[in-house]
Amino acid sequence: MAGGSQETGSLASLGRRSGATPPALLVLAAIGLALVALPLVGLALRTPWSRLGQILGSEAALTALRLSLVVSIAAAAIGLLVGFPLAWMLARSRFRGRTLVRGLVLLPLVMPPVVGGVALLTAFGRSGILGRPLYEAFGFQITFTTWAAILASTFVSFPLIVLVLEAGIRSINERLEQAAATMGASRWYVIRRVTLPMLGPQLVAGAVLAWARALGEFGATITFAGNLRGRTQTVPLAVFQFLQTDPEGAVALSLLLVAVALFVIVALRARFLSTS
Amino acid sequence: MSLGVDVRARRGTFVVEAAFRAEPGHTLALLGPNGAGKSTLVDVLAGLLQPDAGSVTLEGITLDDVAGGVHAEPEARPVGVVFQGLLLFPHLSAVENVAFPLRARGIARPEARRRATGLLTDLGLADRASARPRDLSGGEAQRVALARALVAEPRLLLLDEPLSALDVRARTQTRALLRSTLAEFPGVRLLVTHDPVEAMTLADRMVLLEDGRVTQAGTAQEIRAAPRTRYAADLIGVNFFEGRLERLDAGAGRIAAAAGDIIVAWPENVEAGGESAIGILRPADVILHVARPEGSARNVLRGAVSQIAIEGERARVHVESSPPIVAEVTLASVERLGLREGTDVWASFKAFEVRVLAP
Repeated sequence: MAGGSQETGSLASLGRRSGATPPALLVLAAIGLALVALPLVGLALRTPWSRLGQILGSEAALTALRLSLVVSIAAAAIGLLVGFPLAWMLARSRFRGRTLVRGLVLLPLVMPPVVGGVALLTAFGRSGILGRPLYEAFGFQITFTTWAAILASTFVSFPLIVLVLEAGIRSINERLEQAAATMGASRWYVIRRVTLPMLGPQLVAGAVLAWARALGEFGATITFAGNLRGRTQTVPLAVFQFLQTDPEGAVALSLLLVAVALFVIVALRARFLSTS
Repeated sequence: MSLGVDVRARRGTFVVEAAFRAEPGHTLALLGPNGAGKSTLVDVLAGLLQPDAGSVTLEGITLDDVAGGVHAEPEARPVGVVFQGLLLFPHLSAVENVAFPLRARGIARPEARRRATGLLTDLGLADRASARPRDLSGGEAQRVALARALVAEPRLLLLDEPLSALDVRARTQTRALLRSTLAEFPGVRLLVTHDPVEAMTLADRMVLLEDGRVTQAGTAQEIRAAPRTRYAADLIGVNFFEGRLERLDAGAGRIAAAAGDIIVAWPENVEAGGESAIGILRPADVILHVARPEGSARNVLRGAVSQIAIEGERARVHVESSPPIVAEVTLASVERLGLREGTDVWASFKAFEVRVLAP
């Protein structure tokens, strides 16, 4: 008897396993999908398609677009420049406090961008710990310049590069680098001729991710760099301003950013994320 | 002018202690089972692992001297290594791989490529120069790795399991090539392997490493004549019996080994019995029969064939008798007797074929 009921029990669970998704899960999943899809549908429906060319071609939009490109590319480039050495140290050298350093580097990824902007002000603002001596010595003020926008974007995006590159460096067989050393290669030569070339996919993936994050950066930028057209007003900041004067313009610019995001996801999934 | 090694090195909790010398123009095999510490010693010689104690000298130059605080970095050592698994750079072509040690030492690209191409041509790889490692066959990759180890004209050539990644056919070809290449290399040649055939065919002398210790050193003949450990006997391919020596009748005795008894000729230099002794029997002296033999051989052991290992025209047949016996017979005999794994056979050998080493 006991054996019989056990059997029906296991059969029942077998049937459940091979069956369709439980209704409750299905409903919740549908709500989740709608949460993402509805705003996108709304955006597409409210887009002034007839005026799209005119809005995106306007002086304000073009200026913001140009600035966004400069800022995001600069942020990705600086991110690579300082991100690779950090990733290399985290992956390859053993030092005290490595876990602490990794946590610190990843912090900008998790903390609210506005807080990042405030923190940047306390460091590089006119009365900041580095900003004040800089201003007093050279009369140079970072805040409210394009440099500030670049700095804010770099701050929030470079952890992505460190994350991707550290995983990439760890996936390279360390014996290859050791073998190179036995062939007379200095450490720097090994990095240049072995480590970096083998990191190709991760360098691209990290740069694209960081670039996309920098392109969408808003909170830290508006806090630290302000919203000045032609200097610090990137596309997201322009969207924010358009929203008060020309809501249709805001929608049009938003659509552009969604298109870029979509492109990044498709490009990364097809070419890098699946293979790395 | 030679390689002198006398070190203690540690990797994790594993400690290797080894002392040996190797002469230029000769090939020394470092032979031992997996986990004996061979790769640890390779890393010490290549400079990748700093020893805990002792010294390494090469042609009068001190590479390591722990007491004296000397440690030459890997890039400063005149050492060429063929690594286990080869470690070719996957993003570089064959010729770029071979040119790497020259480029790393600051030699201009055209000159480096010219020398690398020349070496690849010597090794029969002229038409594969631009291939990436993943497109090379096992034997080709092996030759590229060899060329890369030789191109900067090192004073010490380290070969770590150079044939282990190859299939049987490529192994035979590459072994022949390795032999001629080793013969031409003027410096110290050190072959690290777990394969006794590799060691015996390529090396002049061998050092046996077991569990982080050198257990024996000498030529293959010396070791075959008097293996000091069970492992040495297995490696070098002789039957090895260890047990108490007991007197039987006139001129004969018995080695009472744990796995079974063996009848031997009484050694002249031994008076009384009761001592522990080692009996060594060459596999080629064992005769296999499919029916119980009637003859003069005093040792007749019965058992099932557990393994048949073929090496060229000869086969080494393992018989699960008590004690277990390895016989070396021709392939023709294997076929004529219909030997397979599981076949019931008798192994016979004369008492005086067993060499007795009494302590």
